[in-house]
Amino acid sequence: MTEVLLIVGMMVVTFGVRYPVLALLGRIEIPQRLQRALRFVPVAVLSALAAPLSVIADGQWFVSFHNPAFAGSVAAVVVAVVSRHLLLTMATGMLVFVLVKLFY
Amino acid sequence: MSVDAASRRVEFLLGARDTIPMVIGATPFAILFGALATSAGLSLAATVGMSLFVFAGSAQFVAASLLVQGTGIAVIILTTFIVNLRHALYSAALGPHVRGLPQRWLMPLGFLLTDETFAVVIKRYRETPGVAFGHWYFLGSACAMYFNWQVFTLVGIFAGHQMQGLADWGLEFAMVVTFIGIVVPLITDKPMVICAVVAIVVALAARDLPHNLGLILASLLGIASGYLAENAQSVVAHD
Repeated sequence: MTEVLLIVGMMVVTFGVRYPVLALLGRIEIPQRLQRALRFVPVAVLSALAAPLSVIADGQWFVSFHNPAFAGSVAAVVVAVVSRHLLLTMATGMLVFVLVKLFY
Repeated sequence: MSVDAASRRVEFLLGARDTIPMVIGATPFAILFGALATSAGLSLAATVGMSLFVFAGSAQFVAASLLVQGTGIAVIILTTFIVNLRHALYSAALGPHVRGLPQRWLMPLGFLLTDETFAVVIKRYRETPGVAFGHWYFLGSACAMYFNWQVFTLVGIFAGHQMQGLADWGLEFAMVVTFIGIVVPLITDKPMVICAVVAIVVALAARDLPHNLGLILASLLGIASGYLAENAQSVVAHD
């Protein structure tokens, strides 16, 4: 039941963003200000999601290279800054994560 | 077959073909979603259902990651909305090109609109103004993405079942590195840096708020501070 609610809810808000604007245009235009604010959405949401998973473990701060998630995140950020390559970033981050998990 | 029917088919296939690189890029995420969603406790039917009826790659991904953390559904739905807001921009850009199409076209095209299809289709409309049957091209691209997403969600579900305890092996962390890989290249100017820093600080400070509401708060404050920083910057530039 909860699952049905979850899926219906997600469906409504997803379709509700995509469809009306498509159907109403060119009768309405998105205000310039809103367009500029929307540019920040992915960075804000994804940063806010990822950060706690990197530095908090079991509800406690765990900022140490003994924390697989922290070590992997640092490696991923470095590779992402240097290479800007998504798959390389993911591969390096995962590799460091697994190595730290295995050897510490 | 009439000439029109032939050109429709050509446009549909062209749309699908031009989307192949994007389809390949989306495949690992479909697999990861299928594996993660089931290990997050979502039933098989709900995992398949989410891909079938919601069909929003990054939002599904985020939802799975929130489920792992035991987030309530209201916050997941609200987060889905925020994550999907960018689609309004895509719809706004595509709107004039699909103007005048009947609802039986606009509804499925709206439902099937993704980042990938937007990128491919807007290019077609811009490079070939007034293209006849552009909506068939749109549909071809969207169907390629949709079909692939369903197939590899299933693959992910079965992969997840084959490897029990995959979650312990860092499936959840795969999301973190994915987010890092997406976000870092987007941080190209100072307002973006400010946006990311504020979002991170607030997310950490507010992490004990109930229902993972800290995430919503962090997202909104991140967006607001990036926007304000950009305003301040342009004011200085104009002086």
